[in-house]
Amino acid sequence: MSSIVRVAGTALPLRGDDIDTDRIIPARFLKAVTFEGLGAHAFEDDRRALRGTHPFERPEHAAASILLVNRNFGCGSSREHAPQALVRRGIRAIVGEGYSEIFFGNAVALGLPCVTVAHGDALALQEIVESAPGTPCSVDLETLSVSAGERTFACSLPEATRQAFLSDGWDGLNALLQRPEEVRAVAERLPYVTGF
Amino acid sequence: MGRTLFSKVWDSHAVRRLPTGQTQLFVGLHLVHEVTSPQAFDMLRLRGLGVPFPERTVATVDHIVPTDAQERPFADPMAEEMLSALERNCRDFGIPLHGLGSEAQGIVHVIGPELGLTQPGMTIACGDSHTSTHGAFGAVALGIGTSQVRDVLASQCLALEPLKVRRVAVEGRLRPGVTAKDVALEVLRRLGVKGGAGYAYEYGGSAVRALSMDERMTLCNMAIEGGARVGYVNPDETTFAYLSGRRFAPSVAAWDRAVAWWRSIASDPDAPYDDDVVLAAAEVEPNVTWGINPGQSTAVGGRVPRPVDVPAEERAGVEEALAYMGFSGGEPIAGTRIDVAFIGSCTNGRLSDLRAAADVLRGRRVAPHVRALAVPGSVAVKAAAEREGLDEVFRAAGFEWRHAGCSMCLAMNPDRLEGRQVCASTSNRNFKGRQGSPTGRTLLMSPAMVAAAAVEGAVVDVRTLLSTEGQV
Repeated sequence: MSSIVRVAGTALPLRGDDIDTDRIIPARFLKAVTFEGLGAHAFEDDRRALRGTHPFERPEHAAASILLVNRNFGCGSSREHAPQALVRRGIRAIVGEGYSEIFFGNAVALGLPCVTVAHGDALALQEIVESAPGTPCSVDLETLSVSAGERTFACSLPEATRQAFLSDGWDGLNALLQRPEEVRAVAERLPYVTGF
Repeated sequence: MGRTLFSKVWDSHAVRRLPTGQTQLFVGLHLVHEVTSPQAFDMLRLRGLGVPFPERTVATVDHIVPTDAQERPFADPMAEEMLSALERNCRDFGIPLHGLGSEAQGIVHVIGPELGLTQPGMTIACGDSHTSTHGAFGAVALGIGTSQVRDVLASQCLALEPLKVRRVAVEGRLRPGVTAKDVALEVLRRLGVKGGAGYAYEYGGSAVRALSMDERMTLCNMAIEGGARVGYVNPDETTFAYLSGRRFAPSVAAWDRAVAWWRSIASDPDAPYDDDVVLAAAEVEPNVTWGINPGQSTAVGGRVPRPVDVPAEERAGVEEALAYMGFSGGEPIAGTRIDVAFIGSCTNGRLSDLRAAADVLRGRRVAPHVRALAVPGSVAVKAAAEREGLDEVFRAAGFEWRHAGCSMCLAMNPDRLEGRQVCASTSNRNFKGRQGSPTGRTLLMSPAMVAAAAVEGAVVDVRTLLSTEGQV
């Protein structure tokens, strides 16, 4: 665990709204008791369907660490295997127009920030990286900005999530374990816990 | 000022405000299954943590279980390993498991309610997005990922931010042949698959109040498909009558106190909502999806849209869907030939769903080219259906009658589509590849509509079959 302030590298543009977690990692790869090896199967069926032209297949994006997406990314199944596959593929931050809440929460727990940018800015970022794949990019959680080459765009992140990344609190379990007596007290006030 | 059920349940379960600003929320019921939990248990072992509230945790197996031959060990060694891991984890951490062979086994969102574990006013979490199903009882129930499964196991809590509440009122009466599934698909078409982001959906209105618990579960099940992580219905007499006498429901001695508390947590008449949407029940038709997300549907009498019919920003999505589904755009959805019919899942795998399908199938045969599966949502649903002779109705019509499990909803077990097969399905997701073939195609609809499509060999308005018998 460590604080996450800034992610820098090259980016990978993945266009399309409503990309669901079944597409990010098809269900047959969930048949395992660990998350190991998932990186190799990210977008496996989409990649196969596009026969080498899928952004995750292109050599110029092989080392990318920032994923550029559009609206409602990660919708559908709650499988944490989806952000796990992306992280294991080398993705360290996602920039997009919006995320499914469950995906977003799963990503936070893995230390994978998902920041939101305006529609036009998402398209502009994707265009920049499509025309010049090696463009240096960064996501800065302190200044809430995304840069691609010379251009900089404003991004947003819920403040609690931003603080969690900046203060090394994104793996939320330690905080949840700190006040067991307060948890017991809440439980004992709930009629269904005490038998009404 | 009154308060919503969401706000009352949230406040009564809030432990404290975390340093990040999130709320630490107590989880009243944690449901566990074999797919999203093994890594969570391993994380506990790695950190030397235990489970402080094992009695508030319940496990079952559903996703990977074969629904034909269930002898152990399974033919699929990975499935066997996952089931063995869950058995070991439950044993090691003292968690009750309704495993294979148990009379209580089944899809986690079917058994929670039927055992009386799911109750009004609870917070419920499970490593599965369709946990929203339990909101049908007036619980705040949400799907979580594996790291959060770890959090709940280790602390019985989640770190969350509160949701806004949108009231979705369905007013009036549903017409004959129109079901809760059709309402769910209607809500998705109107509000979109991302319109619910940031919201809990409170379903209300006279049409929702008239729904049975099974139907309310179907409606809440699909809240997540609209981006709403939580969907719920205020508890009422229908809810209490359903729960009465169930295995884990409050005892007779505690019953009146339980009902009084359940009534108290319902939304107040003057509760404020962040948004309000009203649908006319009489306008809802049997719906069928034509695309690759559950919002892409049409009334059965309607047509598949052409890209020019939709706003510019949706055009690329429609083109992608048409290409994948093999539609050119503009054709009527009725008459679309199907290869497979699937009745089951946490959306529509309950007794009333099987009855609705059987009502269509009595005295009819599945079209010769169609493979048809009926998969009860739980062992208890299967037994109840067999007591009524529904298994014989399905078999006589040419359906395979299976054991309980998730089956062909998600392709983590042997039940899956082949190649580009088209499946009329009562499940919840028509995503690319969802039913197990990377090129398989799914048409979502109600159980009665799937039964009708199975008989016809193509999409058909079920009301035309029912009316010939004078049943409408």
